[in-house]
Amino acid sequence: METQPLEIQKKQYAKIVKEIRPKPPLLRNLAGAFVVGGLIAVIGQIFLNLYQGLGLSLQEAGAAESATLVFLAALLTGLGVYDEIAKVGGAGSIVPITGFANSMVSPAMEYRGEGLVLGVGARLFTVAGPVLVFGIVTGWAIGIFYYFFR
Amino acid sequence: MTAQKKVGQQTVWFQNPPVIIAAATIAGQKEGQGPFAKSFDKVIDNDYYGEQTWEKAERRMLLEVMQNAVRKAGLTPGNIDYMLSGDLLNQIISANFTARDLGIPFLGLYGACSTMLESSAIGSMLIDGGFAEYVLVGTSSHYGTAERQFRFPTEQGVQRPLHAQWTVTGASAMVLARSGSGPRITSATIGKVIDLGQGDPLDMSSAMAPAAADTIARHLWDTGRQPGDYDLFLTGDLGIYGSKLVVSLLGQKGFNIDDRYQDCGAMIYFPEQDTHAGGSGCACVGVVTCGHFLKEMAAGGLKRMFVVGTGALLSPCSTQQGETIPGISHGVLIES
Repeated sequence: METQPLEIQKKQYAKIVKEIRPKPPLLRNLAGAFVVGGLIAVIGQIFLNLYQGLGLSLQEAGAAESATLVFLAALLTGLGVYDEIAKVGGAGSIVPITGFANSMVSPAMEYRGEGLVLGVGARLFTVAGPVLVFGIVTGWAIGIFYYFFR
Repeated sequence: MTAQKKVGQQTVWFQNPPVIIAAATIAGQKEGQGPFAKSFDKVIDNDYYGEQTWEKAERRMLLEVMQNAVRKAGLTPGNIDYMLSGDLLNQIISANFTARDLGIPFLGLYGACSTMLESSAIGSMLIDGGFAEYVLVGTSSHYGTAERQFRFPTEQGVQRPLHAQWTVTGASAMVLARSGSGPRITSATIGKVIDLGQGDPLDMSSAMAPAAADTIARHLWDTGRQPGDYDLFLTGDLGIYGSKLVVSLLGQKGFNIDDRYQDCGAMIYFPEQDTHAGGSGCACVGVVTCGHFLKEMAAGGLKRMFVVGTGALLSPCSTQQGETIPGISHGVLIES
């Protein structure tokens, strides 16, 4: 192996790495994402029904429900629980709105030591920023498409 | 002409092998629940260690461990000719601030997780070269500081892959001396930067394993020795899967070290501690070597071990710009 050109060494090595590196437990991860993601949705539904039962319209109840989930996720992040849930849940806990809350609160906690403005303020969107940017860009592109082709 | 104390391409023999007259360790909470808990001088019960930030906690650990090593050697910082140290943080702040507080002439090093061995090798050269009587070497790492610099905020919900490793929280230091009693550093092999094209920042062991294999093989070629001449080959933080890689790569080079090989990262946690592939970080090789293995050597169980520190030379910047992760590995031969 030593005397071979570097490119061949790299290819051979990549093969060994692939053999030795453990395979992700796909079924377990899928099941975890399904259950955790589903549970978050169920909790959301419970709050939605609760708020509707208190007399809010569907739209108002939806906003109140989102706010409740965001609050709970932020609280669990602060208590150091949310990352433990995500260890099992994977995308099931990252994709819902609770994952978004977690991605804002975790850098806020992390960078508190650098001060409120340059620490928390500047870093708050380090993880969530790209989600917002591409969400807005997509909305903008669809808006233009809709304007011309509706 | 080859230099007087050099053999082969990358190895030096010390004519008056420096003595490790004192070693000190401090370890984090999780490490303190691992298999080596009893071998550490001190285990901290909170990763903030009474400080406001993790960076300050890491610095405090490094300072304490340095002071402790000097005290154990029966010296004061004024007796030490040089302090050689480094860590994982940008501008090696843990080492710089510790050196400020100790007031010892200081050379800052960056060898990622190979720093403990890099500093030991250079320190030994300074002593054998007649430039120093006492050299203080050491390093630190911290799970919180490393995670946020290299990866994600610690509380962010991320599913770590099974090959990911856990940065060791801790610090270690040794005092090397021209004479005294203790194990001796008889030889050192300075590694080359090796890059076999691995680029996953969550899998540093496969980036480092080729460097470790290269340094071990180079040491054996340079010295004309066989693996059987050593009691133990100890790598720093390759973890469970990286250890397999290094054994496989050395097999290709014609060396079978399987029966006398161990990795600090693969051993520092119990499997049920759920760190996945084991420990990593500058402190990993430091606390395990200075804690467990030097004690085992003193007890007479080990006579000759080749300790290899393994560093992944990545930065979030180079990774995001699409670069692969180069590895570096330095080896030091410790004999009782």
